[in-house]
Amino acid sequence: MARIEGHPILQRTWGDSFTFTFSGRPVQAYPGDVLASALVAAGVHVLGHHAKDRAPLGIFCANGQCAQCLVLADGKPVKACMTLAEPGMRVEPIVGLPHLPESDEARPMSEVERREVSVLVLGGGPAGLSAGIELGRRGVDVLLLDDKSRLGGKLVLQTHRFFGSVEAVDAGTRGIDIGASLEASIRTLETVTVWLEATALAVYSDGWVGILRQGRYELVRPRLLIAATGAREKSLAFSGNTLPGVYGAGAFQTLVNRDLVRPSERLFVVGGGNVGLIAGYHALQAGIEVVGLAEALPVCGGYKVHRDKLARLGVPIFTSHTILSANGDGRVESVTLAAVDEQLRPIVGTEFSLACDTVLVAVGLEPVDEFLRAANEFGLPVLAAGDAEEIAEASAAIFSGKIRGLEAARRLGVTEDEIPEEWHALGEILKSRPGATMPKHPAETRTGVVPVIHCTQEIPCNPCASVCPQKLIQLEGPDIRGVPAYSARDGRECVGCENCVAVCPGLAITLVDFRRDPAMPTVTVPFEFGADALRPGSAVVLVDTTGEELGEARVEKIAVRDRTALVKVKAPADVAGQVAGIRVRRAAANARLAEVVEALSDETIICRCERVTAGEIRAAIRAGCRDMNELKAITRAGMGACGGKTCTSLIARLFREAGVALESVTPNVRRPLFVEVPLGVFAGLREGE
Amino acid sequence: MRRRTYDAVVIGSGSIGVPTAWALARDGLSVLVLDPLPSTGQGSNKTAIGGIRATHSDPAKIRLGLRSLEIASTWRERYGDDIEWTTGGYAFVATGEREEQVLKELLAVQVRYGLDIAWLERRELLDVVPTLRREIVRGGTYSPADGHCSPLLFGHAMFRQAKAAGVEFRFGEAARRIERSADRVCAVATDKSLYATRTVVNAAGAWAAGVGEMAGTEHPVRPDAHEAGITEPVAPFLRPMVVDIRPSPGSANYYFFQLATGQVVFCVTPSPSVWGFDRRETSRFLPLVARRMVDLMPCLANLRVRRTWRGLYPMTPDGSPIVGQSKDIEGYVMAIGMCGQGFMLGPGVGELVSRVVRRETTREDDEVLTLLSPHRAFSRAEVLK
Repeated sequence: MARIEGHPILQRTWGDSFTFTFSGRPVQAYPGDVLASALVAAGVHVLGHHAKDRAPLGIFCANGQCAQCLVLADGKPVKACMTLAEPGMRVEPIVGLPHLPESDEARPMSEVERREVSVLVLGGGPAGLSAGIELGRRGVDVLLLDDKSRLGGKLVLQTHRFFGSVEAVDAGTRGIDIGASLEASIRTLETVTVWLEATALAVYSDGWVGILRQGRYELVRPRLLIAATGAREKSLAFSGNTLPGVYGAGAFQTLVNRDLVRPSERLFVVGGGNVGLIAGYHALQAGIEVVGLAEALPVCGGYKVHRDKLARLGVPIFTSHTILSANGDGRVESVTLAAVDEQLRPIVGTEFSLACDTVLVAVGLEPVDEFLRAANEFGLPVLAAGDAEEIAEASAAIFSGKIRGLEAARRLGVTEDEIPEEWHALGEILKSRPGATMPKHPAETRTGVVPVIHCTQEIPCNPCASVCPQKLIQLEGPDIRGVPAYSARDGRECVGCENCVAVCPGLAITLVDFRRDPAMPTVTVPFEFGADALRPGSAVVLVDTTGEELGEARVEKIAVRDRTALVKVKAPADVAGQVAGIRVRRAAANARLAEVVEALSDETIICRCERVTAGEIRAAIRAGCRDMNELKAITRAGMGACGGKTCTSLIARLFREAGVALESVTPNVRRPLFVEVPLGVFAGLREGE
Repeated sequence: MRRRTYDAVVIGSGSIGVPTAWALARDGLSVLVLDPLPSTGQGSNKTAIGGIRATHSDPAKIRLGLRSLEIASTWRERYGDDIEWTTGGYAFVATGEREEQVLKELLAVQVRYGLDIAWLERRELLDVVPTLRREIVRGGTYSPADGHCSPLLFGHAMFRQAKAAGVEFRFGEAARRIERSADRVCAVATDKSLYATRTVVNAAGAWAAGVGEMAGTEHPVRPDAHEAGITEPVAPFLRPMVVDIRPSPGSANYYFFQLATGQVVFCVTPSPSVWGFDRRETSRFLPLVARRMVDLMPCLANLRVRRTWRGLYPMTPDGSPIVGQSKDIEGYVMAIGMCGQGFMLGPGVGELVSRVVRRETTREDDEVLTLLSPHRAFSRAEVLK
């Protein structure tokens, strides 16, 4: 069973296991498992075969958005990623088209319940919770929905400490803990009602919002709608991109960090933004080998400290490289890469393949904006918060929710509180992309105790400066995007409290203590792979920020602060300041295969729901098609279960590739429903009755 | 150099405009099609659900329907494209005494016109549609030769044929004025250009009245918005189009069928009508249609709805199309007011309009044209639309 035990950050209470069957074979599950997670934990990666070409299908979004994981559970088609496993459930893969369960009974139907609220918040993630809290504190009646069975949105997947501002968004605290704290706050507010397992299906032109709530259909009419629906992952077109084992970084984090399932032994990550970098790190924390990460641009777009965390642990980072194909028979067995030129075109002759069983696609996010767009089109009062408005870090989403919550309260006339000017300024700062990377100055001091700050990039983050009791760490620049620097002054100097080492979200601060032995100072290094992995005397390799080995050392002492181990090692004075981390595990084994695995001959799939290839779409573009709706009519691309959520941006790329400016292409019309719902639910039959 | 003079200008590239332009080009005319939308079929054609039948009760529609059926059902052999044609038939089911009576009265007319349609008693009907709820179905009419196809694929296949036959299409270009010289059409002015022509065909569907104004004339056509939906695909279980004509609060009737690709498409005729051009989704539709469908066919309860949309039925006062040459403006031809049946009548209408334009109508055509005349009294109403 590929369950994660002894995770350095996360714990899950498993409860008593039970079994259900898949294709007649018993599968073990624990209370709270969705079918997809239990199946993956049992090593089942192929959940069905597509009706059109019998291609194997596995999980893809793990978020209820696509329908790649459709299975039959007790005869009914359901998404495996959204359906809780139940003892004795009979689950079957769908091969071809599913058969409609027979039924000849008339059953009683009830009228659809309708209710009105002041504010309907769609989404219980960082933005929605923050907005709900601002409103609830002002006594506004709020209904907040989330389609999952717990609040927190993607915060429940974030094991790392957050960046941003300590004062505004609890930076330095782990995402999971921020989620728990926001949930605790909202639960105390009497005017806020929370519906879990409640999915918005459509915003209608008559002002009503259709909601599927625990198998029932309800209509809610808000005076104001807040769309805090977050983001979805962008997909990427490459050969083999629909093989089971290719999925989004968010899907992976859901399996690993929410359900504590280890879906992979050897992982490859495509995309060097924060999402890809963090997912890679989460994989390592879950005991999964990361055989590499590819980024098409010459530098990773994510925070340098995230990149450095991977590099220090020996993960090869292939910048200026792209994925050519995922290869395998029925599931991923290897990935083929190539270097790219300045126009990001693969360079012939540079291809190589790496052995892996999973490819994470982390090439960016796009807003889940269906409800926002519909409300705007229909002229209904609506605000967007968090990623639904603009893709940024979760810390920015928290703050954006706060601003929108107050704005909503003002619009409803319940408060005249102005939105403080500095909120807007900070909101913008939190959304900012990483700035310049400063040259690093080697520490000169070799006496006393000094923090060494390995963070050299302008990013919105200030926990180190906030926690220093001596106030000796300052950010260089006008706001929290400045690079932090330590300097002793006014007769004050570092007292060696290690607060900065423990709090830094980038694990980018070490402490060098020359006091006992100036020639072999003690270095305190943050380590997030479980205190159990180390004990005094353990041999470790010292590495610098880029992962270069500096020598070996033995662990002197370990302290743990909020699941971050502070590990003390001794290092020669001349390298002590360069020590940025320790490595216990061996560097990732060279997964490079002796031979390049040729790209599969079948064409790259653009629309995975309807299995439409790049070739079919290119042909339509060549024939003059400039309207995505016409393209849909001809090829069916975008007409499947997900409704164009996955393929639209890929199709846009094909237009650009063909030299067609996107301004000259008519975008496709989005229509309800957001996800599929049985007719019986709309008829007022309760599911399962 | 683009042409500026055409034998005919067709306004509208939809269910009627495309087959009309194609027929005119096949018959040797130079044809321009103008449409303000960005590509073909983006008005109401793409909102059609795809049924094609000849079993109407009006002889004009029966003839046009028969021709459309012939074209659609033989399309693959003749032109090679798969338009997902399925000869699944139509089943009009009766759940009440009144519906049984209405259907049987219609049946007499339909049989008189030689249509392949018969009354099936409950058991026979259940053999054809076994998933109907046994207790509430009395029987129904069944016409096995009718069928359905993908409106998107059929519309586009005809569009490609039209282009191959030489029709020029200008999308994103809206007609603004129909110029006359004395009492005859001489040109069409658009927001971009001017095209000389002696024949203009109004094939603007729900927007036909607006085009009429450009010619300085009025058409009794106004759109009624119907909502429709589609489910996920499932293994084939339903052959015919099922039509339930029993009125119920909010709906006059509703109908559904299973596409060749497995999805079930469904649509409601709202009652009272929802006049206007509003094509935005409403919260009323799904609960209303779902209750009716699940009541009639309980197994549908587990079928998941994927998407909904709303299209416009260009209605006329008597429920019949308006096809023919204007008496007042020479060269101005109408093929409008299809009352939601433009997709199923289009191929037949297109050929008829070409004969009208070329003044080569047959005696049978003339009978049809009399019934569909723009200058008729609009007093009679079809029993069943």
